Amino acid sequence: MNESNSNQRDKQFATKLIHFGAEVDKTTGASSVPIYQASTFHHHDIFNPPEYDYSRSGNPTRQALEDYITLLEGGTRGFAFGSGMAAISAALMLLSAGEHIIVTEDVYGGTYRLLTTVLTRFNIESTFVDMTNFDAVRDALQPNTKAILMETPSNPTLKITDIAQVAGWAKEHGLITMLDNTFMTPYHQRPIELGVDLVLHSATKFLGGHSDVLAGLVVAADESLGRRVKQLQNGIGAVLGPQDSWLLMRGMKTLQARMEHSERSAHKLAHWLSSQSEVAQVYYPGLEDHPGRAIHEKQSAGYGAVVSFDVGSGERAKAVLSRVKLPIVAVSLGAVESILSYPAMMSHAAMPKEVRHERGITDGLLRYSVGLEDIDDLIADLEQALRF
Amino acid sequence: MRIESRLAQIGSIKEPVTGAVSFPIYQATAFRHPKLGESTGFDYARTKSPTRAVLEEAAAELESGDAAFACSTGMAAVQTILTLFSQGDHLIVSLDLYGGTYRLLEQVMSRFGVSASYVDTNDMDALAAACRDNTKAVLIETPTNPLMMITDLAKVCGWAKERGLLTIVDNTLLTPYFQRPLELGADIIIHSATKYLGGHNDVLAGLIVTKGKELSEQIAFLHNSIGAVLGPQDSWLLMRGMKTLALRMERHQHNATVLANYLQEHPAIDEVFYPALPSHPHHHIQNAQSSGNTGIFSFKVKDARYVEPVLRHIRLIAFAESLGGVESLMTYPAVQTHADIPLEIRQQVGVDDRLLRFSVGIEHVDDLIADLEQALEAARLEIEGA
Repeated sequence: MNESNSNQRDKQFATKLIHFGAEVDKTTGASSVPIYQASTFHHHDIFNPPEYDYSRSGNPTRQALEDYITLLEGGTRGFAFGSGMAAISAALMLLSAGEHIIVTEDVYGGTYRLLTTVLTRFNIESTFVDMTNFDAVRDALQPNTKAILMETPSNPTLKITDIAQVAGWAKEHGLITMLDNTFMTPYHQRPIELGVDLVLHSATKFLGGHSDVLAGLVVAADESLGRRVKQLQNGIGAVLGPQDSWLLMRGMKTLQARMEHSERSAHKLAHWLSSQSEVAQVYYPGLEDHPGRAIHEKQSAGYGAVVSFDVGSGERAKAVLSRVKLPIVAVSLGAVESILSYPAMMSHAAMPKEVRHERGITDGLLRYSVGLEDIDDLIADLEQALRF
Repeated sequence: MRIESRLAQIGSIKEPVTGAVSFPIYQATAFRHPKLGESTGFDYARTKSPTRAVLEEAAAELESGDAAFACSTGMAAVQTILTLFSQGDHLIVSLDLYGGTYRLLEQVMSRFGVSASYVDTNDMDALAAACRDNTKAVLIETPTNPLMMITDLAKVCGWAKERGLLTIVDNTLLTPYFQRPLELGADIIIHSATKYLGGHNDVLAGLIVTKGKELSEQIAFLHNSIGAVLGPQDSWLLMRGMKTLALRMERHQHNATVLANYLQEHPAIDEVFYPALPSHPHHHIQNAQSSGNTGIFSFKVKDARYVEPVLRHIRLIAFAESLGGVESLMTYPAVQTHADIPLEIRQQVGVDDRLLRFSVGIEHVDDLIADLEQALEAARLEIEGA
């Protein structure tokens, strides 16, 4: 972290988003980081290698992005990957054969798939627990446990884990704590400040914000873990390209403006859904009756822009999906356009049905990622889709 | 259709709406479902993305494979393939191996319980001696980097097949324009497409090409699950580069052959490693299995003191890592690309402090000779005195 970045740390979040240290190109004064579409760099002196020698190991555009997310999350080092799953894969590859990880039970379907199909072949064992229940977390500890992976709010049922409590306990047992902060972004929640070691992002979602770039980010709280992640990023090579790095930074500049608007709308939508007789259940940490609300308010500055709700049956869910006109019906979330997803057949399709149902991801569950459209239009559209 | 025509036409007739002869860059992550349970064939860009799909289809066709997968880097392609294996599995790997692959095997895969033996893959006795009950695959680079050792692909693939082993071939240096290992019995091709396929030192990319339905499905699963995929802009740039692959490879080969012959006669040079030279020990194998030669070669200066001044005095040729671009680059493997390989292995294969690797670009060959000539002469004057 250079000197200008250390000064940046004292600024308010909205200011950091715009003035992150690389917002002005040092050579030309250009108001946007240049896209260094170069794979390799000339060595002017054989015995003094340049800062960048090969783009897999380091690229100036990607570095600007990596420093940017490090600043926002309050870590020491950041890493950009080709997708959120590439970031999660790299973090999980910190583990070795014979080791064990404790994972939140309603973890993203792709992470579940990686843990239960690929990493099992390398004898890396995982236990999935309900992390709202601290006793369950403690009971999952084994002699070979090396790490714990949280997602809070979780996807798609928005359950809340007490980050400080779990991280503090994990530290006592020498575990690496990892947290997927995709839903909250550092604007609302900064896990490193609560004791987490490694923050993970599918930056494809709110950070990018425009459904136009696939990217993953990892931020390490301390130098030594940062060095290990660096070795893996360079060794495995799943790095983000310069064009995508630039697009992601472009998206991040409006993070706060987008999150504020979407959250206001999500709040309204969650309240409206709660009063609809067609809706059996609404999941949103901003609702008064959300069981994790008090914990969430302690550790996060906002509730986010994702609302899940249960319309009672698979048939009804499918009817709503075919009748909505404004949100795009697609996988993914966290964009300027609203996205309505059907977890049972999309994000969590990789999870066996019994496991999925156990975790509350029923056939009637829909996940609404609220975009920047006018909320009254979104509600009117959903109203006509629910009444059939 | 001949390969030159297929290369020039990559993506050109794939765009049905506007007829654009350059395939569009789909900078989109999510794809709207026409109806629930219905898909356009695209759902989420990690799984399948239109621009990347055109690149992948072209790569599969060029390598005579059944499927191809574009990854963020060549190393991401290697990692995705290595994830096919499980704890307890063993691999036989080319002795003179790219440093990044060696590092991945020794620092990451070893922690997952996957082990590797490094052998001269052209030595059938060495292969047989390395083969164990838990051996699952042979990973071959031919030519190797930087010493340009050649493996007889048909022979080794046949040997591997008899034992139920997969054969994985890194085809980065020759590209499908000069060599198609799947036609010789290999199962999986790896490319650092950053090199000749991209060809402009401007895009990092890796490609995997597979033969057979089951293997293709396994890699598809891993590609999506691990998620080390190539972005749409980089996919497009790579296709753009591939359109001129035939022209570039011809010129790279021509320039490299002229320069290798020139250096072989130069008094400051001890040895030149290039399979196109009749003096290369595997010249005939190379000619039998490939239709041409790569654009890189290595050479040893007689005196290690030449290395530093030569690298300092070259003007046209850049001193940088990587290879396969239109610009000429020179690398010092012992301190750059192969620094992660232990000294004893490096010495065993011959990557020592006198070895330089030359990735010959498509500049005029006379200018390249002149640049080398003046750099070698300036180095001689410094060492021997005027």
